[in-house]
Amino acid sequence: MTAESTVIKAPGEASAERSGTGGRPGQGAKSGSDGMVLNVFSHGFLAVWAILIVLPLIWLALGSFKTDAQIGGSALSWPSNWHFDAFSRAWDKGIGDYFAHTLIVMVFSVPLTMLLGSMAAYVLARYPFPGNRLFYYFFVSGAMFPVFLALVPLFFMVKRLDMLNTYQGLILVYVAYSMPFTVFFMHSFFRTLPTAVYEAAVIDGASDTRIFFQVMLPMAKPGLISVGIFNVLGQWNQYILPSVLMQPQTGSDPERYMLTQGLIQLQYQMGYETDLPVLFAGVTIAMIPMLVVYLSFQRQIQAGLTSATLK
Amino acid sequence: MSQVAQGKGRAGFIAGFLILPLALYLTFVIWPYVQTFGYSFTNWSGQSPTFDFVGLDNYSALMKDEVFRGALWHNLLLLVFVPTITILLALFFAFMVNAGGRSGAGGVRGVRGSSVYKIVYFFPQVLSLAILAVLFGAVYRSDEGGLLNGFLTKLGLVDPAHPVEWLNQPNLVLWCLLLVVVWHGVGFYLVLFSAAMQSVPKDIYEAALLDGAGRAQTFLRVTLPLLWDSVQTSAVYLGIAAMDMFVLVSTMTSGQFGGGPDHHSEVMATVLMRNFLYFGKSGYACAMGVVMLVLTMVLSVVTLRATRRERIEF
Repeated sequence: MTAESTVIKAPGEASAERSGTGGRPGQGAKSGSDGMVLNVFSHGFLAVWAILIVLPLIWLALGSFKTDAQIGGSALSWPSNWHFDAFSRAWDKGIGDYFAHTLIVMVFSVPLTMLLGSMAAYVLARYPFPGNRLFYYFFVSGAMFPVFLALVPLFFMVKRLDMLNTYQGLILVYVAYSMPFTVFFMHSFFRTLPTAVYEAAVIDGASDTRIFFQVMLPMAKPGLISVGIFNVLGQWNQYILPSVLMQPQTGSDPERYMLTQGLIQLQYQMGYETDLPVLFAGVTIAMIPMLVVYLSFQRQIQAGLTSATLK
Repeated sequence: MSQVAQGKGRAGFIAGFLILPLALYLTFVIWPYVQTFGYSFTNWSGQSPTFDFVGLDNYSALMKDEVFRGALWHNLLLLVFVPTITILLALFFAFMVNAGGRSGAGGVRGVRGSSVYKIVYFFPQVLSLAILAVLFGAVYRSDEGGLLNGFLTKLGLVDPAHPVEWLNQPNLVLWCLLLVVVWHGVGFYLVLFSAAMQSVPKDIYEAALLDGAGRAQTFLRVTLPLLWDSVQTSAVYLGIAAMDMFVLVSTMTSGQFGGGPDHHSEVMATVLMRNFLYFGKSGYACAMGVVMLVLTMVLSVVTLRATRRERIEF
């Protein structure tokens, strides 16, 4: 590859370059042009992939402003109708309800996941007791297996508890399945907290429970935010669990679909009714909150990802 | 406070903090996993409370099940291609983002706007698979309204009278799904690898540059060995994802719980789900779950063994 071969430098050249000030553009004629070739080369590839990511998403959002005939006719046509009526129709078709159901579940499941996960992780990270390691591996091993390996018995377990198609059933299941990752993440976080603070609190006469809630938990806030975002993303995007556990059980049982489930439902429905702008508008509505959460927290997400996977 | 009293209070505290998380986790995660094994030896339908112990009948039936064997084969194909393609692309982009820029005083540096690339690339990761299914369902539409067909027609590569039926073509459908998984995953692993690359001390790169190493050499001799741990972990994660595939296959392809056309995109998870919820064969579905569980574990161990290298400390 020419681009790569041009970069191989003699040692003298490299050290000459090192003596230069800063890596600003147009510094040495020769090394500058070398860098330029590679820069264009790498920007080229990077830009192509970035376009491949962004283009389908924008195309889909634009579809909400097309007519159904336009969507079926030609993919590259520009939308003719700049009204938001497809969005309001999508909202009426149930996107609003699916949204509400998902929110109801997550208002309880995310805080509960964080609380219970942190409690278990804290005890396992800072209190040596017989079987400590065993409990830790026991908790963490659940992350190794795909959810649906346990799906058949899980369905009957929830059914036996009479919790099929109920919010509380799904909340408990979400919390349980979020436990491995949360415990794993918070465990490594609690380990890094200084022991001196704990000792000072003990001398001041604080109980273990109080130390956890008033000292340790506030100190673990950065970790809690990271793992919280991952749980929000994970539970918001969950599809298999609700599609098995949240189906109306009798004719009078109200439908409590989650957003992901609802979108697939909408896809079938709009295929029959041939109203694709509604489907595209629904997907756009579902996409926007995630885009907002992601853009506001992308620093924490990337930092959290790094600390979770690179120990 | 005496030592003993403190110890006693501790035990209560530890138990109190562990009991609830543990109870939930046991009830909804561990116990179902264990039960899967038990049910796999029965002819349970799921409808009736009664069932008989049938030994290994389900497993021998699985061996003869053409659909399941096809699904297994598709999973194995995905198992090879999904991790390989995703990791290679992610490594390539991560290296471009982190070391593709001009050689400045620091020796190796990222391209301008590297943080923007990282933000954009990661975005598919926060979208749910359900959104991906609808999105790519539209991209792969089998008429000119599909983004892919639309482009190819515009370029004159596809005859508008006969657009490509991406998801209905037996020999194309699996590869179309594979592309979605790669599109979805590259950004995540790019961010992961890039973080690993940044944790490598700069002077190692400088030393390599001083010794006259080019970029290709730097990558192969310095970056890759130092990243090996992350590559290994990624291979295992992607392998587990390739064993799953349920959401995309069941929502994007034809048939009850997907798998069409004519079982050409069938994966084990869709066969399992169809047997459980559609045919009412719970015991049989559990046997499939066990096979997948065993395969997942074998896969993880084999990947970790096969890619084992001496760990480089820095």
